[in-house]
Amino acid sequence: MHNENIEQHFNNRNVTEINSDYFMVDIADYPTDGWGKFTRTLRRALRGELFVGLWVVLREMIRFDIHTIQYPLEKMPIGPRYRAVHEMKRLWESDAERCIGCGLCEKICISNCIRIDTRLDEESRKEVTEYSINLGRCIFCGYCAEVCPELAITHGGEYENASDQREHFIMYQDMLTPFDTMKAGTQVEFEGFGAITPHEDERVKKTPLAY
Amino acid sequence: MSKITINIDGKEIQTQEGEYILNAARANDIFIPAICYLSRCSPTLACRLCLVEADGKQVYACNAKSKEGMSVITSTENIIIERRAIMEVYDVNHPLECGVCDQSGECELQNYTLEMGVDKQHYAVKDVDRSDVDWGHIHYNPGLCIVCERCVTTCKDMIGDNALKTVPRGADALEAEYKESMPKDAYAMWNKLNKSLIGLTSGEEMLDCTSCGECAAVCPVGALVDTHYIYTSNAWECEQIPATCGHCSAGCQISYDVKHTSIDNTDTKIYRVMNEWNYVALCGAGRYGFDYQNVVDKKDESAFNAAIEAFKKADTIKFTSTITNEEAYLLQVLRDKFGYKLVNNEAKAFQTFLNYYSEISGTKLYGYDLEATHNVNFVISVGTAIKSDNPNARYALNNSMTVNKGAGLYFHPLKDPVIEGLGKSIMTMYHAPLQEEIVLYLILDLFADKEKLPSEIVDYLASFHTKKTITVEEIIKEEITEIVKVMKINEESGEEEEIEEEKKKIVPKKITKEVEVDENALLEILGANENFMEELEKNLAKKDSFALIAGPDLYTHPNAKNLARLLALIEKYSAFEITMIPTLTNSLGVALICELDDEVGSYTIGYNTKGDFTLSALGDGDLDMPSINQQEGTLTSINKRVNPTNAAIGYNGYELNDIANALGFNAENVIEYTKMLPTKSGFISKEFDTLPNHYENDGTECRGYLLDNVAVKKCGDESVEKFKETKLEGTLIYMANPVRQFTPFTYKTTNLDEVSGVYMSEEFLANSDFNEGDIVRVKSASGELVANIVSDNKISGDIIVLPTFDSKLNSEALFSSYRFATASIERV
Repeated sequence: MHNENIEQHFNNRNVTEINSDYFMVDIADYPTDGWGKFTRTLRRALRGELFVGLWVVLREMIRFDIHTIQYPLEKMPIGPRYRAVHEMKRLWESDAERCIGCGLCEKICISNCIRIDTRLDEESRKEVTEYSINLGRCIFCGYCAEVCPELAITHGGEYENASDQREHFIMYQDMLTPFDTMKAGTQVEFEGFGAITPHEDERVKKTPLAY
Repeated sequence: MSKITINIDGKEIQTQEGEYILNAARANDIFIPAICYLSRCSPTLACRLCLVEADGKQVYACNAKSKEGMSVITSTENIIIERRAIMEVYDVNHPLECGVCDQSGECELQNYTLEMGVDKQHYAVKDVDRSDVDWGHIHYNPGLCIVCERCVTTCKDMIGDNALKTVPRGADALEAEYKESMPKDAYAMWNKLNKSLIGLTSGEEMLDCTSCGECAAVCPVGALVDTHYIYTSNAWECEQIPATCGHCSAGCQISYDVKHTSIDNTDTKIYRVMNEWNYVALCGAGRYGFDYQNVVDKKDESAFNAAIEAFKKADTIKFTSTITNEEAYLLQVLRDKFGYKLVNNEAKAFQTFLNYYSEISGTKLYGYDLEATHNVNFVISVGTAIKSDNPNARYALNNSMTVNKGAGLYFHPLKDPVIEGLGKSIMTMYHAPLQEEIVLYLILDLFADKEKLPSEIVDYLASFHTKKTITVEEIIKEEITEIVKVMKINEESGEEEEIEEEKKKIVPKKITKEVEVDENALLEILGANENFMEELEKNLAKKDSFALIAGPDLYTHPNAKNLARLLALIEKYSAFEITMIPTLTNSLGVALICELDDEVGSYTIGYNTKGDFTLSALGDGDLDMPSINQQEGTLTSINKRVNPTNAAIGYNGYELNDIANALGFNAENVIEYTKMLPTKSGFISKEFDTLPNHYENDGTECRGYLLDNVAVKKCGDESVEKFKETKLEGTLIYMANPVRQFTPFTYKTTNLDEVSGVYMSEEFLANSDFNEGDIVRVKSASGELVANIVSDNKISGDIIVLPTFDSKLNSEALFSSYRFATASIERV
């Protein structure tokens, strides 16, 4: 689909509107009486769909042209909105950590797997001294990324986090974008929930300033 | 005051005549928004959010008094517009970085902004530099300040330090067009707000007050924050443990805010102490002295066995009053079973004093409490360094003066700039030590109903009065008639001529007059200044309710028996109601529960005090014990209330109950003894778990239960001894602590940083050749100690204060039992 179409699609999320792009799928009602049920069973049984499936399998088997991804040798590209292991982003301007330690992620986390330690640093700023996520408990719901006011905590594409124990922590330094990635300018912004949506500027109510 | 009925939003409610509409509404669960109002202080009228319509007229609910049949509407169209505009104004230039604000989550600005649905801003003004400042234990961020002045109000009306005030902001004036375009109240409020910020009254850079932290507690936004708490935790992360402060006898309700220590350490840690500041004001010790817990890794079995052996060997248990009622009860049952002597000198003195008092009063306990003292308009304090013995008693004294237009009279030998700073309506009389007896006689003389007072006492008091004729100079206004010559036109002749006319004129004239005055020798003995009676009379004008706070100096006075009887007479024959300050946290509880002995035996077990075998919650004994913040139990407060407290922090070691169980008692938890506390002393048989610990919306204190003031047999004899005219003179020492310190437990905490040593006033140091930090030897008839000099600007005069919060100092050794003594000081 064209980009503009996508935007329009996402900007118009109102399902109830008459002119919306959403429509109801036409599904026949379930039969309620015995006869209806009988004819439905008959219709389905005699359609021969089973053989269609069997044919596809047989055909592909003979062709030796297998479409299955050869994981872990091959990997599918992950969509930008995929919610895998968390990342902590840095500011483009200064490479400083975006996280301000507000604790909203910790609060909103429904599996209670985030913990954050903060303190007053020498420059009278709030400093995050340690941050941990128990990936063993995390359900990757994305609330933390959505609530983050600084676009600091996001989800990344790293989904290979199998572990041999239930408790499996990821710490602050592991999540932070490495400096060389920042230098190379290849830090990837998350596009999922919590990210800036199109037309954000138009929606913002501006505060009058006297200077 | 009588009960009246008013109507708020169609709901009929009962309230007191003259009660503020806001309080009446709050007591009946009707919501009226308000930021600047504090329940026990005078209305500030800064926020103007509490606008309501009473009988068709727009008034502020926080200072409009209820009248019979009044009809109040809490929101009209205009009021909604005003409130919304006020909230927009509060949001002008307020930073949006709630993420790095300690108040976030419990911020009244956040709450009301949401409540009023502020999603647009119509107003703007150029901001000024509002960088944050460090005031020591308090951190002020003017950028967040909405100048509701709650901090100023509580400091003045409740605490009495007057340490904060509003200072000019130095901002540009508001745009002229706002005056027309804005809602009226919102503009007026903004106009004031835009001109002020909060600053220190002293003009110094650091806050120099009694460091109670109440200003930070009442701050609705994150402008005032306790320095120790900054950025350590968010409000919503902490679990609140309702408790009772274990430092002094006030028994303030507090809540310990606890959460895990850090990601690495999941042990519970107390992050801060909170209070219901509308109904209870804390002191610095209560607020900042919370981490005195005794951390014990595991049960030390060998020490426990040694303790059991020691208990089998011992004949005395010596203890301090920083224990719960249940523990006191355990000690008493141990005494009953094994015949231990229970020794606790300070509680014993209080107990004896109360018994002497009961002989005349006929009740086990004094009649009044601090809660009631808040509401009277004349308070006398005698025999206590009130600001450090019981800070809440000072708040009651101050609050009664500021809010009820009251006055106070403070008798104490130690000069106190903090008390003097409470305002013009407090009179201080610094008598000599041992003269407390004369003070009580003076109170009887001044206030007792002479018609009812036993005639011997009346005669005795009369013997101090002499009539004396003195010559006074007085300026009177006299009317004199003068003959003046004026030029007038003669009507007949039309010519101007000089005629004499009589003219009356009033001129001031100085005369000397002989008047007969009453001279009170008691005043002379006490060293009162000349115009004492004059001032007192002025202060007594329009006063109708009287309270007297008596303190620990009296209990250990050599003539304590007479003092106790005099107090009872004052209560009986004057309008004064009496509250006595129990010496330590639970002295009252101990005095009511334990049968105490005077002398120690041959082998002593010390509980929180040194013994042959020491049990200690301070961590320095032979067997560790839990401290008050690690225990469940009840504490008996000055308000004659049995308050429950809960364990904020876990404890892994042994407790007194384990020892009792090993000695043949059987209780899983020590709180099983709560219901067994002696009913003959006034306790009520109630399970610990049924005891509430909160305040209702109307300020009702739902905490534990009130002791029954049990009637005891009167002795029938109301005679009192004549006072002895002895007084201590020379270099005097006084056993008292600086504000914020009470016991070794407060000394153990991290945030209370008072230095141990010999406390001298700045004035004394300036007039002597001692300097701060000098090591001196203080020697009295009973003992001596060597320590460094600490300069204290919260006292003045010549009396040297020896604190008891540092057990290493062992100040007690210098005093026989009375809190004053004479001593010699020399540099080492």
